[in-house]
This record gives sequence, structure tokens and C-alpha cells, in this order.
Amino acid sequence: MPAKERTKRLLLGLIIPILVLAVWQVAVMAHLLSENLFPPPTSILQDFYEMLVSGELTHHLGISVMRAMIGFIVGGGLGLFFGLMSGLYKRAEELVDPTVQMMRTVPLLAVTPLFILWFGFGELSKILLIAMGAFFPLYVNAFLGVRNVDSKLFDVARVLEFSRLHQLTKVVLPAAMPNILLGVRLSLSTAWLCLVVAELMGADQGIGFLIQDARSYMRTGVVFVGIIIFALVGKLTDSLVRILEARLLQWRDSYRG
Amino acid sequence: MATTALEISHLNKSFRTATTVTHVLEDIRLSLKQQEFVSIIGPSGCGKSTLLKIVAGLDADYEGVVLLNGTDVTGPSKEKGFIFQEHRLFPWATVEKNIAADLSLKDPKVRSRVDEMIELVRLQGFEKAYPKQISGGMSQRVAIARALLRNPQVLLLDEPFGALDAFTRNHMQESLLEIWRQNQTSMLLVTHDIDEAIFLSNRIVVMDAKPGRIKAIISVDLNYPRNRVGGAFQQLRTQVLSALNHKEADVVGYDI
Ligand SMILES: Nc1ncnc2c1ncn2[C@@H]1O[C@H](COP(=O)(O)OP(=O)(O)OP(=O)(O)O)[C@@H](O)[C@H]1O
Ligand SMILES: [Mg+2]
Repeated sequence: MPAKERTKRLLLGLIIPILVLAVWQVAVMAHLLSENLFPPPTSILQDFYEMLVSGELTHHLGISVMRAMIGFIVGGGLGLFFGLMSGLYKRAEELVDPTVQMMRTVPLLAVTPLFILWFGFGELSKILLIAMGAFFPLYVNAFLGVRNVDSKLFDVARVLEFSRLHQLTKVVLPAAMPNILLGVRLSLSTAWLCLVVAELMGADQGIGFLIQDARSYMRTGVVFVGIIIFALVGKLTDSLVRILEARLLQWRDSYRG
Repeated sequence: MATTALEISHLNKSFRTATTVTHVLEDIRLSLKQQEFVSIIGPSGCGKSTLLKIVAGLDADYEGVVLLNGTDVTGPSKEKGFIFQEHRLFPWATVEKNIAADLSLKDPKVRSRVDEMIELVRLQGFEKAYPKQISGGMSQRVAIARALLRNPQVLLLDEPFGALDAFTRNHMQESLLEIWRQNQTSMLLVTHDIDEAIFLSNRIVVMDAKPGRIKAIISVDLNYPRNRVGGAFQQLRTQVLSALNHKEADVVGYDI
């Protein structure tokens, strides 16, 4: 029964996209839309297939994913660390939080030119930009998570004489886990967004480069392929974290829609 | 039943704010023998929870002396198991992991002790359940098992069954008696329920409010298991009620 319900829901959700694609295809074939600006879905699919077979797509995708991952691990890792520290220790909060809150208001797009001036178009400026984007969501959510720990459970930890380490690993971290995972999700999507920005600014490899390069040669189909890849990978990572959430947070007793 | 487990003498406690001082406990004197079951009963706000927290070492701001086995209580410790009104289980941990808490179930000694406790509180089959999947009464039994695993000298219970329905409450009282008989721990129970106090305890401490002090200590010399509908039970009920309702502290002289 649930399987049947699920296919039903899937089919219902597919109606509009399929309709749009069909209208698009027909409109181009009837010369109502410019084929140069709106290559028909079938030709985009053709481009996609060719790039996949030639290995071009996987090469650039590999580069992009690598950049995003390194940036996420560096920025997200630091965000998690400082967020936990600020949450746990008043002194750390007083030291770190004002600066972080100030930096958080600076729009990422506005510092991009600075990064390029300082570090050039190389890998460093890209990874730093991604890391900076990934830092804040994890910082904020880790901090919130720690502060939301039920103080009644700390009393329990005191009565049971938990060591400092166990207070952290058996009370604070599990209690903060829902927030931390939310932070991971937001950080990942921000990392991915920053990757797009960084690669469109200037790169000689990666999906962003692919899009820029195709634009200058008017290969609109390839531009579409790049956009679709960005969307798919973004969605995929988000789903992966959701699966992780479902596994790690099965103890939760909250309303889920 | 000879040696003293817990000794409270001349205990005074006030809460201070910037402008006011509330005198909550006045000259509390009480001692608990080993393996004794003592209940504290009294009107809301008379300082029962405050007293229990002091004994548990959760509140160190008081005057007077609290001794456990002759040594000063300086902070919380496993010797003083504490059962809160709400079960306070870790929602992310299964029943067995809640009972083990900071100990590792991979340690065979811990494993067998945890299994023993699960059997004692009759939760076999629920080892892997999460707190959200079990009832309030079962959760409270997990909390009791968690405290007992640490071999406490005294178990402090703050209205542990207050949130349960009457049927579950009776059942829990019976299990607590059984646990007490098997485990031989001293018990200090705060309750609102006169029947509960009579059903369970060797002695009942009746408190007065504002400031909180001990009005009377009533011995319950009935054999376990006690019959809730018997005449002796009814008589004690009247005795506790009249002690609760008396205005003055000097109705019944008591020795500690
Ligand atoms: N942290 C606190 N600060 C100030 N006053 C407090 C504090 N905790 C308790 N009190 C006061 O101390 C008195 C005793 O509180 P306590 O919680 O010990 O009562 P109780 O006997 O357990 O009541 P109940 O039966 O309702 O649980 C109350 O008047 C309460 O207002
Ligand atoms: Mg209370």
C-alpha cells in the first residue's frame, strides 16, 4: 500500500515537468523558440550523453566535487569546532562570537573580488571562498544545538558522575545532533553555491568552467547540461544527509509532516 | 537495621534574591538507618524537593550537616541515586544504554549487571526500545534501574510516580517494594500521596510549610506486603491526615 501510494505521488509530481518539457520540445520544433537559446530537451540529452561518453563530464564533475568537499571539510569543520566551543564555554563565546557575527553580515559575493586579488584565480581562492560559506551555518547551528541541551539532563549527568568527556560525548553531542545535522545540510548547500560562484568567476576546469566555456561558444545545450549537473549533485548531497539524519535521529519523537 | 546511613542535623536553607530572603527549611533533623524506607509528606512548597536536592548534593548552599555514612556530602555521587519526578532518560539512547549510561555495554561485567537490572525492573524484551516507545511507568522503572546499577547507599525519590495514573502507580509501588527487598538500599521518598507513604515506608515524616520543618514522624509497624483496605491501614491514614492538618509543630514530639 505505501509503495503504491509512493508511485502515485511520484507520478503526480512528474506531470508538470513533463508537460513543460513536451511544450518546449514542440515549440522549438515548430520554430516558435530559437533553437540557439533553447536547444530542445532531446538535443540537451544528446549533449549530455556525448559528454558522458567522452569522459569530459566526469572529469569536470570530479574537480568540482573535490573543491566543494575540501572547502566544506575545512570551513564546516572549523565552524563545527568553534560553534561547539562557543556553545560550551562562555569565555570562548565572548572571544569568538562577536567577530563571527560581524563577519556573517558580509555578503560572500562582495568578498569574492578581494579573494581573487589576494590569492589569484587558483585553487586557494576558490577553496577559501567555499570554506567561508560553509563555516557559518555549521557554526551557528552547532552553537544553538549546545545551548538547547536540556539542563535537566545535565543534573542527571552530575548525579551519575559523568566525566567531562562523557558529558560531552553522551549528553551534549547527542542532544545537539539534530541542530548539527541541520548545519551540515545548510553548510553543504552553501558550499555548493559558493563553488558555482567561484568557478563562474574564473576557472579552467570544473562544471562552472564548462558552463562559462560553452557560453562563449554559444553551446547552449552544454550550459543546460552544466546547470542540470549542479542541480542534481546539490539535490543528491542533500538527500544523503537526510538519510543520515533519519538513521541518526530515529530516537526523535517529533512531528514530521 | 542498626547502622545509620544518612544523618541530617540542624539543616537550614534560605533562598536569597536581591531584595528578599525566603526561609525554606528550618532546623531539619532526620536520620535514616541502613535499609530503612522513609517517606516525606507535606504541603506543596514546604521544601521537600529542596531537602532532597541538598541530600543528593545538587544544592550545596545550606547551613547544617548532612552526613552519608559519616562523611560530609560535598556533591552529587553515585552513592546517592536520584529519581526525578520526570524520568529524565536520554531520549537518544535505548533502554539498555540508558541504564548503562556512561558505562560500556561491551564490558561483560556491565552487560550482565544491566541484564540483572532489566530483570529486576521487569523490562525484558524492551532492551532496545527508545524512551519514546515505552510508557511513563516503564520509563520510571528504567530510571530506577539506572540508579540501582550504581549500587547507591540511598535512593532518593522525588514524587517518582506523581505523573502516573492510579493503576500504574499502585503497580509501581509494588515493584518498588520488591526492588527494595531485593536490593536492600535505604530509601528516601517524597510523595503527595498518603496511601503511598503508608504502603511503602517504615517511617513517615510529616512536614509543615513556611518555613518547612518536620512536624511529626510516624512509624508504620505493619508487615509487608500491606493491605491497603485493612483497618490498621485506615487508622494510619487518619493519623497522618491529622498530623498534616495540625497547625502547631509541637503536636507530636519526635526523636531522630
Ligand atoms: N531556585 C529557587 N529560588 C527561589 N526559591 C525557590 C527555588 N526553588 C524553590 N524555591 C522555593 O522554595 C520553596 C520550596 O520549594 P520545593 O520545590 O522544595 O517545594 P516542594 O515541597 O517540593 O513542593 P511540591 O510539593 O510542590 O513539589 C517554595 O516556596 C519555592 O518557591
Ligand atoms: Mg517538589
